Amino acid sequence: MQRWPVLLFLAWACFLFFSGIGLFTSGFLLMRIELTNRSSCSDPLATPAWAGQGVAPGACWMPQRVPKAVLLIIDALTFEFARFDPAKAQPRPYENKLGFLHQLAGSQPRHARLYRFRADPPTTTMQRIKGITTGSLPTFIDVGSNFASYAIQEDNLLGQLVQNGRRVVFMGDDTWDGLFPQKFFRSYFFPSFNVKDLHTVDDGILQHLYPTVDGGEWDLLIAHFLGVDHCGHKHGPDHPEMAKKLTQMNEMLRSLVDHLGNDTLLLVAGDHGMTETGDHGGDSEKEVNAALFVYSKTPLFGAHLPEEPETIPQVNLVPTLALLLGVPIPYGNIGEVMAELFSGDGAATSAALSQLSAYHINARQVDRFLHSYSLAAQDLPAERLRHLRELFSAAMEEHDRLLAQVREGLSASPELEARLGRLVGRFQRYLREARAVCMESWARFHPLRMVAGCALIAASCLLCCVASELAAALDFSYRSCLLYPLLWGLAVAAVLGLGHLLTREGLDLILVLSWLAAASQLAFFWHSWGRRSRRAHLAGGQPPVASAGLWQRLRAWQGLVLPMGILFIRCCAMFSDSFVVAEARVAPFLLASLAILLVGKLHWHGRLTAPEVPKQPPGSAFYQKESWQLLCLLAVLLACLRLSGLFHQCREEIPHCQPSSFLAPLASLQSTQAKNLFYLLCVASLAGLVYAVRRWLRHYGNLNSTSPLVLFVRWAFPLAAVWIACYWAVTSGAEDTLGKLQELVQVALVGFPRAVYGLASLGLLLALWTPVTVFVKDSRESVGPIVTPYQGAPSSQADLQHVIPQIYRRMQESLKSQLDRGHQRATVAAYGLGSVYSATLVIVLTLLGFLLLMLHSERMSLAFLLLFLEAFVLLRIHACVVSLAGDAEPFVVPWYAVTAWVFAATQFFYSTGHQPIFPAIHWNAAFVGFQEGHSTHLLPAVLVGANTFASHILFAVGCPLLLLWPFVCEAPNSQRRRLKKELREELQEEEEPVMEMRLRESPERFSAALLQLGLKYLFVLGVQLLACVWAAMILRRHLMVWKVFAPKFLFEALGFMVSSICLLLGIFLVMRVDCAVSAWFEQLQTR
Amino acid sequence: MKDTEIKRLLSAHIVSVLSIILTTIVPPLFLENFSVLGTHLIWLCICSICVTTVNIILYIILKPNPSSKRISFAHKVTKFLKCCVFFFISCILFHGIIVLYGAPLIESVLETFLFAVLLSTFTTLHCLCMLGPNIQAWIRVFSKNGAMSIWDNSLQITTMCSIVGAWLGAFPIPLDWDRPWQIWPISCSLGATFGYVAGLIIAPLWIYWNRKQLTYKSR
Ligand SMILES: [Zn+2]
Ligand SMILES: [Zn+2]
Repeated sequence: MQRWPVLLFLAWACFLFFSGIGLFTSGFLLMRIELTNRSSCSDPLATPAWAGQGVAPGACWMPQRVPKAVLLIIDALTFEFARFDPAKAQPRPYENKLGFLHQLAGSQPRHARLYRFRADPPTTTMQRIKGITTGSLPTFIDVGSNFASYAIQEDNLLGQLVQNGRRVVFMGDDTWDGLFPQKFFRSYFFPSFNVKDLHTVDDGILQHLYPTVDGGEWDLLIAHFLGVDHCGHKHGPDHPEMAKKLTQMNEMLRSLVDHLGNDTLLLVAGDHGMTETGDHGGDSEKEVNAALFVYSKTPLFGAHLPEEPETIPQVNLVPTLALLLGVPIPYGNIGEVMAELFSGDGAATSAALSQLSAYHINARQVDRFLHSYSLAAQDLPAERLRHLRELFSAAMEEHDRLLAQVREGLSASPELEARLGRLVGRFQRYLREARAVCMESWARFHPLRMVAGCALIAASCLLCCVASELAAALDFSYRSCLLYPLLWGLAVAAVLGLGHLLTREGLDLILVLSWLAAASQLAFFWHSWGRRSRRAHLAGGQPPVASAGLWQRLRAWQGLVLPMGILFIRCCAMFSDSFVVAEARVAPFLLASLAILLVGKLHWHGRLTAPEVPKQPPGSAFYQKESWQLLCLLAVLLACLRLSGLFHQCREEIPHCQPSSFLAPLASLQSTQAKNLFYLLCVASLAGLVYAVRRWLRHYGNLNSTSPLVLFVRWAFPLAAVWIACYWAVTSGAEDTLGKLQELVQVALVGFPRAVYGLASLGLLLALWTPVTVFVKDSRESVGPIVTPYQGAPSSQADLQHVIPQIYRRMQESLKSQLDRGHQRATVAAYGLGSVYSATLVIVLTLLGFLLLMLHSERMSLAFLLLFLEAFVLLRIHACVVSLAGDAEPFVVPWYAVTAWVFAATQFFYSTGHQPIFPAIHWNAAFVGFQEGHSTHLLPAVLVGANTFASHILFAVGCPLLLLWPFVCEAPNSQRRRLKKELREELQEEEEPVMEMRLRESPERFSAALLQLGLKYLFVLGVQLLACVWAAMILRRHLMVWKVFAPKFLFEALGFMVSSICLLLGIFLVMRVDCAVSAWFEQLQTR
Repeated sequence: MKDTEIKRLLSAHIVSVLSIILTTIVPPLFLENFSVLGTHLIWLCICSICVTTVNIILYIILKPNPSSKRISFAHKVTKFLKCCVFFFISCILFHGIIVLYGAPLIESVLETFLFAVLLSTFTTLHCLCMLGPNIQAWIRVFSKNGAMSIWDNSLQITTMCSIVGAWLGAFPIPLDWDRPWQIWPISCSLGATFGYVAGLIIAPLWIYWNRKQLTYKSR
């Protein structure tokens, strides 16, 4: 049997998928590290006072210029909405509606000005709010943030204001509540979730806006209107409804300005634009083109009036507002101050000087940030950083020189003004380049990489399909399918790597690996194509069977329609946010449909009915006994599917959703009676699991030997269950215990889980070390000599293969007689040989089950019991269907079984209380057995990952059972087989149920079958992943991309990785057992 | 012979389709505020009753599977009672399957049950009319080579179409379109009805086109 090539091939296939995922992720999910540093007034960044400038008391970094400000955010206020063109004869519904802004800017050019406000992608509201308040470029994943909540951890404008004792009042979109919990002096939140609702938020704001403004109890007032955005999503911009909404905004602005005091700055901003369909999220011109309008009753601007409205990057608002309001600029800001707002109405020189000081502070702050950031993360290119550093120090030197000269009393002169202007230009250049550097690495999708990643994943799926076909035909040469492609890939990667080294560019690991993957893939397809054509050439003396061949092939494809159709529906469901949100119900629905259709198909083909017997009345048909069994199994499966829905977790998109009460730990239950009852239930489910596994093992005779693994199963399984039960008892009752016991409780809280960890690892090691659970009883006298035809040890592999069937046939015979007559007469030679592979897998799965179950809350043990039950039922159904269908090739696991298995894994992802969103991750799993926390990040990540992907792990490791189970279930069916055999009289030889040993009879086909199973599993997983990736790529403009599709992609990709690795482990385990069984046979020979 | 059979089948199916169309048109004339979506439960009842009566009347008129021997009155009564029991059991079974498929267990029990009744009238009732309360015959009919007359074929087609329609009707439920017909079980019962109607229309056509291939075992 070829073991390593199979594993290597599967590992290579996994690698291909991984490289595709990596490439796509690098283009789609941009990452950034969040720093926790905060600016404060005492930071030595403030400019030394210029001559003639007294430092105002209480000023911080810069003297306060504006005591009060109103920030109106009109969601999705595109520049086109705010612009007013009186020349337009027939304005579209969204044009020329904000006439009041135009009127202000026209009548008071020194008080009001309209800008183009460039939003940074991703242009989703939450990311934009983060950008407008932190001055940074938030990506989808800001590493370092607390995943469990959306609250902004970085230094931000609101934090600075609150820290400096200002009152911030908020009204509008309740997204802000999640982002800035407990930050507001007063707040009026309105639900933002329902996109169809145009008016709740706006009307709510209008109700509170004017009274609050008049009340005066605020320093910064933020109002976030959502109507325009929702109108865009619902109707699109080109709709009369939008005209109404914009007119309403216009009226609102008009009356607001009447209520404003003379010292108040008014800012009206759009957080992003919208496309022609009213969507946003991406980086197209229309989406990033928002509007900003600035107004104050005291003059703000110089006399100079620009022709076209200036374009201002969105982050620029943060330093500007911070310095105007006299608070420090947030630490992570990379925006640039808007100089015009610092000119005031003084003389030209003093205006230039105050602008310069704003720039100076700004530049020092950005430099400080870049320095800290480059220490924390390496994603900014070092070359560019060095260049920036040079720019900065040059500007600083010039600044100091100029400062000294001004101190010495250089009078205001045109020359000074020119030098000041040049210096401002240098600071500006520095700030802009710094922003560009950050932008390049944080805020750009890489469409090419996304497409290439997609293509890689798609090609890998195709490869899995092709390779599994090849493996089925036993026409698989590892040399041409694995070795040559790998060599090709390595060669290409080496050339690329050398090229990179020679051109002294930074080596992009992901890129090189993807090239490796792509090249090896191409080589694989090339070789398999070549083989195919050669084979066709060899076979094709006569023209290949055209019509009949096609028809045959179509017939063969017919079996694929059902599983592939269901899989296709599931993939389509990935493209709709509603279906992704409702996936917890979609997966069981599809699984139930698959099972019912499968049984229905068997019925349709008459496999369930007994062959017609003459004495029956004509025109009627009866079910066989096995068919009834199959129907019962189907009913149990449906019941499992329905019951597993009890353990659901909620996500915010589903209204009126109550998370399952089973998710809460027992300790949170109030009633002692209920607590006790549930505790007993949990312990019972645990005991039931242990009992069922032991019962199964005993039934197949795998619980008799004295090998360490069997002893472990006998003694350590109940022990582990008891320990887990004790642990639950301690956790659920921790608060009741008093005084002295507290210490003991702490010890127990740490001790029990760690003991279970230890026990489980011991068990896993034992399973790897001595996986054979066969019991040999040396009572040869009664049975007769086992090995007759050959004397001594078999000399060659061929001899051994000839001998082996005889040995186990004897064993099976005696095992059968033992089973028939009961346990009194000990004439048995070997127990449990027929289920030796699955026994080990079952033991390992149970151990993993213990581990994973302990990481969940107590009552989830019921869900795990259900998981094992459902897996068992699925396997039984599979075995039943295989035996009823009759004609199926025993070494080929059909597609429906693999698909159902993957669906069950997905279903139990949800039924163990998970959802593909970050707030739903069970973080407390990291502290099971580690009450005091962790020193490293690896261990908690592993624990939380194991908790999250528990069902993926269990089903992937258990995947080889799909191949083994029909063989295991062979024994009970022997009766039927014999009945069939009587009909087929030409078969002379009596065939005994040799169960899994049938696999050993043909090691070649066994290894091919394992390879094929692994590839099929990877294919089904990979197709789902592909759909997910595709959805994320195509829908990157979708309203829900960062809330639904991107997290779904992330969870799916991680789930794929976990599944594929666990699949490799499961197959490795089967091969290890195979090794051990070979060794065991050899040992038997020599005895 | 065959062509006349097909014509009878076609006319029977057209009557059935018309009866279903009438259930949406006629009731508003008598009931205030009636609409298929708004007062869905009433429509479900009306539709079930209407389809039941039409089917029974058609069965009595057409006698698709005439049996040669005379049956006593007592026998007929027991057969009728048996049919009722079967129908009720099938409603319960459908209800159970629908709940297992994910329908709410406690809330909207009535809706689910009426939907189950509708499905039963589309499927079980047909079987009862055609084959009588004889499970073995049912099992036989729903297999590949089990059809013994064009009536059996049409039974296969309408039953499968109704169930597939109901199954497809479940797909729009999770979508966030906020349409009135997305409420449970409206989309499913509409799907089942459309499926049934489609089946009624398809069956004679399909049989007509395949009349050369269709050969039936004589009983
Ligand atoms: Zn927005
Ligand atoms: Zn929006």
